Amino acid sequence: MISSRLLAVLLVSLSAVTLTPAADFKPAIVYDFGGKFDRSFNQSASVGAEKFKKDTGIPFREFEITNAAQREQIMAQLAKRGSSIIVAVGFTQASAVERVARQFPEVKFTIIDAVVDLPNVQSINFREQESSFLCGMAAALASKTGKVGFIGGMDIPLIRKFALGYVEGAKYVNPNVEVFQNMTGTTPAAWGDPTKGAELAKSQFGRGADVVFHAAGATGIGVMQAAQDAGLLSIGCDSNQDYLHPGSVLTSAVKRVDVAVYKAFQDAKAGTWKSGQLVLGLAEDGVDYSYDEYNRTVLTPAMKRRLDQARADIVSGKLKVSEYKAQ
Amino acid sequence: METYTLIILLLAATIRVATPLLLAALAGMFSERSGVIALGLEGMMLGAAFASAAVAAVSGSAWLGLGAGIATGMALALLLAFACVTHRGNQVVAGMALNIMVAGLGPALALAWFDLGGQTPQLEGHGQRFLAITWPWAAAADKVPFPGRLYSQLLSGHNLIVYLAAVLVPLSAWVLYRTRFGLRLRAVGENPSAVDTAGISVTRLRYQAVMISGVLCGVAGTYLSTAASAGFVRDMTAGKGYLALAALIFGKWKPYPTLGACLLFAFTDALATRLQGVDLPLVGVIPVQFILALPYVLTVLLLAGFVGTAVPPSAIGVPYAKEK
Repeated sequence: MISSRLLAVLLVSLSAVTLTPAADFKPAIVYDFGGKFDRSFNQSASVGAEKFKKDTGIPFREFEITNAAQREQIMAQLAKRGSSIIVAVGFTQASAVERVARQFPEVKFTIIDAVVDLPNVQSINFREQESSFLCGMAAALASKTGKVGFIGGMDIPLIRKFALGYVEGAKYVNPNVEVFQNMTGTTPAAWGDPTKGAELAKSQFGRGADVVFHAAGATGIGVMQAAQDAGLLSIGCDSNQDYLHPGSVLTSAVKRVDVAVYKAFQDAKAGTWKSGQLVLGLAEDGVDYSYDEYNRTVLTPAMKRRLDQARADIVSGKLKVSEYKAQ
Repeated sequence: METYTLIILLLAATIRVATPLLLAALAGMFSERSGVIALGLEGMMLGAAFASAAVAAVSGSAWLGLGAGIATGMALALLLAFACVTHRGNQVVAGMALNIMVAGLGPALALAWFDLGGQTPQLEGHGQRFLAITWPWAAAADKVPFPGRLYSQLLSGHNLIVYLAAVLVPLSAWVLYRTRFGLRLRAVGENPSAVDTAGISVTRLRYQAVMISGVLCGVAGTYLSTAASAGFVRDMTAGKGYLALAALIFGKWKPYPTLGACLLFAFTDALATRLQGVDLPLVGVIPVQFILALPYVLTVLLLAGFVGTAVPPSAIGVPYAKEK
């Protein structure tokens, strides 16, 4: 008798829960190698998820990948436990998303930095070449030696995309500029080797570079440190990193992963989430260069004017930035 | 002229990269010469790197950081010696276990204490790190290409630990070949029962040797986190402990040849860094992947072809059991 009454109470409370959609909405996010405190790419994603939590009061599940075998497992588990939307951060998650999304067609997936062509997957990519172009311009404008550097993390098409935009931007300002390019490695370990990053930066400084741009995740921390130690300039990546070494960081190639994550969560909650491809560039505020109180001393108003002009030209289509195509 | 400066910069980079390798290889030398396989170098270095970065960040003193690094290296060495010498455990397994333990423990403690995702706070320049020391008259000497620039760019301008490592090579050679302790150390690695018969404790000697290797790894770890970079990051040793072990074998367990091996490895690494994307005459631009593999290819070639047989201490890896 008691148990059936209990059951009735339970049923009532359960149906009450299902009536309020907010409580039913369960977002989840899976970070990539480097972890959510890499002060760069993943951290930006984490900021977006935290903002969603703050604005809506809805908690989210999160997971930091530490070895490749975990990806599919954790995504399947999150899907099984009734997540409404799973955001996978990073191109390396593509194959895991593809398999899990097939198994759970009712769950929404959003992947960042890769394309997965399935009816329940949204692929968000950025035109990194556009922000890199502006950073290349800034580097060439700030350089006194006419030599600037680029240090990538793992040698993959995405990072080549950064490099190409950077070179084009630098040459746009100064056709005679010399650009040194280095990649840290060919494995995911290349995202987390600051000692190597610092050594690569020093080698570029030795060859005469006085501004160096990194697209290397946590390896970049070493690059920026080396620039600070040498009294030269560095350019940050993905997150706004100007605050790390005020006065030594010229600007940052900001990639608004936080906006992408926040929007995916909000859209899924509101029911306006759509699958398919989304490419965000300067025009969509998906990428940009940073300007704040930390780099105001090094990024002069004259440089800013030129960058803003180029920015407007890229948005209007007057200025074309080429995109790196992997063969 | 340009080439001359480039070569000097390349050699200066070689010295910077070689320092942690050399310290770890010397650490391995003491351990292996006593008959204990030094597979735990990586873990001891990583643990010390974490401890010194954490203490330097909290206390604001690089010297306290160095102290903490050495203390941590010694504590881990003690643990290793306890497993390998006292309990006669398998030395390979114990060393690997130490490496895996530290690889997880460092970031976990960093996460718990600093809440920065397994990193320690960024160290500030003054006081918290070992910075480059400029030798007297370096600026003046820089104007004279030879030998002035050799002095100002190659010899001057490194941090304290680099010079310390340079001093440690002759010191280690002296300890190993010119002191009673060194003689006993070498003997215990070759024939522990003879040492035991002479009335000297094998256990005590091996403990001492492993502890020395802990101290040296402590210095190496401190170099990585407070001198070469500014803070601890997950897995920041990046295999340097194993590379040091290779250098030690390459150097046939002797101090000066080991120094040579470390410098060679570091040189190929520094060269690889500088060859990337450079348009070479005749060959053109070499693909990045090939350049990055160069140090390893060279190692394999040298080990296979030029070193000759490297004979390890005969009692290495064999736990000593006193006959009952």
